[in-house]
Amino acid sequence: MPSTSSGSTLKGQMVEMDEHMSAGDTLHEPAARDEVCAVAIAEAFRGDGEILCNPIGTTPIIGGRLARATFEPAMVMTDAVSVLAANPLPVGDDDAERLVEAWMPYRDLFDVVWSGRRHIVMGASQIDAHGNQNLAAIGDWRRPKAQLLGLRGAPGNLVNHVTTYWIPNHSTRSFVPTVDVVSGPGYDRVAPLSAAIRTNHEIRRVVSNLAVMDFETLDGDTGESPRMRLRSVHPGVMVDEVVEATGFDLVVPNEVPESRLPTDIELQLIREVLDPRGLRKTEFGG
Amino acid sequence: MAPYAGSTLQAPDGRPDKRMTEDDVVAQLSSGMTIGIGGWGSRRKPMSLVRAIARSELTDLTIVCYGGPEVGILSALGKVRRVMYGFVSLDSIPLEPHFRQARQQGTIEVVELDEGAFYLGLLAAAHRVPFYPTRAGLGSDMMLINPDLATVTSPYPGVDGVHEELVAIPAFELDASLIHMNRADAAGNGQFLGPDLYFDDLFAKAAAATYLSCEKVVDTGTLLEEGSLHTLKIPRIFVDGVVESPRGAHFTECPPDYGRDEAFQKAYAATARDPEAWRAFVERWLEAPSHAEYLKRLDAQGTDG
Repeated sequence: MPSTSSGSTLKGQMVEMDEHMSAGDTLHEPAARDEVCAVAIAEAFRGDGEILCNPIGTTPIIGGRLARATFEPAMVMTDAVSVLAANPLPVGDDDAERLVEAWMPYRDLFDVVWSGRRHIVMGASQIDAHGNQNLAAIGDWRRPKAQLLGLRGAPGNLVNHVTTYWIPNHSTRSFVPTVDVVSGPGYDRVAPLSAAIRTNHEIRRVVSNLAVMDFETLDGDTGESPRMRLRSVHPGVMVDEVVEATGFDLVVPNEVPESRLPTDIELQLIREVLDPRGLRKTEFGG
Repeated sequence: MAPYAGSTLQAPDGRPDKRMTEDDVVAQLSSGMTIGIGGWGSRRKPMSLVRAIARSELTDLTIVCYGGPEVGILSALGKVRRVMYGFVSLDSIPLEPHFRQARQQGTIEVVELDEGAFYLGLLAAAHRVPFYPTRAGLGSDMMLINPDLATVTSPYPGVDGVHEELVAIPAFELDASLIHMNRADAAGNGQFLGPDLYFDDLFAKAAAATYLSCEKVVDTGTLLEEGSLHTLKIPRIFVDGVVESPRGAHFTECPPDYGRDEAFQKAYAATARDPEAWRAFVERWLEAPSHAEYLKRLDAQGTDG
């Protein structure tokens, strides 16, 4: 992952785009944080090939569709109305024309979950250092202070296929020492489970509004469960800022690169094709 | 094959006519029962049947569902002792506010399962086996919050020679199921015309008795005029009663017949914060003495603006 400023790359692509396509006026605006996040989510899918890309939430959907429209063209995607649609759809547009390539009612979706050919992006109200996720409740589950979404499909997702988390409000309230309820199990929870589960389980990335994290911390056979590591900080964010906003000890490498900027083609796709109404802005408080 | 001597498109005599009203269905149910409710979130829920339960004397129910407003309504009315669910949501409003309130006030018992694991409980009941195994739940708090859930050891060794431990999702023993279809015939053959059957066929197969409401009862011979063969997923051997209930899923969606009434749903959701508004909602909508009267009030509201 390049850590240098991508200015020169950007310029090179601009020239290429001017030759091959006319970039809209929207491209004159530099990449905003939400667009960096969408690209970071897209990057989580790199190398996945022909699987079900299943992002939940506005920015994740843009990120997933962006990956498919660029470097992961073989992925299939649902559009939340029971079909796999093969064309790039604008997020939140229920009436967009869909190129249907398969029927995917919920029952078949569970079959895909259990087949392992799926990579989901979910939210997390709380997450800990080993990647345990809470979507269910704040407080004691039996009588919660706040009932949240519930376990939903998280228990099954985590033990069957790759998961990435999207947390648009990076703070010590969301990145916590201990989660109140484990919906999606992290690395320490699956360590004692079967070989099949340990093989299936992968938390690929945690993307927040500040940074990208991963769990690529296991050196050799120390026998310890992977812990969350800072992979890159978004342009304009300091490493200390991320450390302070995290309620547990984040593994911080000596060199922390910047999250990459969108290419011009990616910016154009985000702004003109995948989210022309700018719905992604609503996930960012300001 | 020898040709059938009679008119080939006429059903032979003797097929049962299972038509009944919402109140007839409720008369078949009793307090303390475990009742499956079809649909998914705020989609194709048998709401006219749910309202009939709401205005009945039934109480102490266990309801089993991919939950939507039926969970909030029946919990808030004190009809429900226990809810078993894969989730509870209104889709466009992610958290069902009355359910949320019931959870936070501790007024209902709940059995919460992974969404996929929940499907296996229906499947086990439909197949009359005690459980189906799954990995879903291992490592998560699903096992802690449901202390009755047991695991089972595979009798077969895996590739690593180890006998894997799996969660045994128990069969959901349903006394009755309620589902809503787009069309049905009088004998109980049900048809869905929307994009997803959800798990309604399994609810029908899992229950000792299934009551099907539908937008329209049609002649058997016309079922295939509106949908392909693949839409006829509920054969009458699994259906005990048929209720013709136009707009019977309101305010949940029932495509292609109608979408969700978002304004109505929003108003319903707002009543969770306002006891007076809830009381008015109950009186006007849930205590409407019949589905026909409910529709009359709904249409009157439309003209009121």
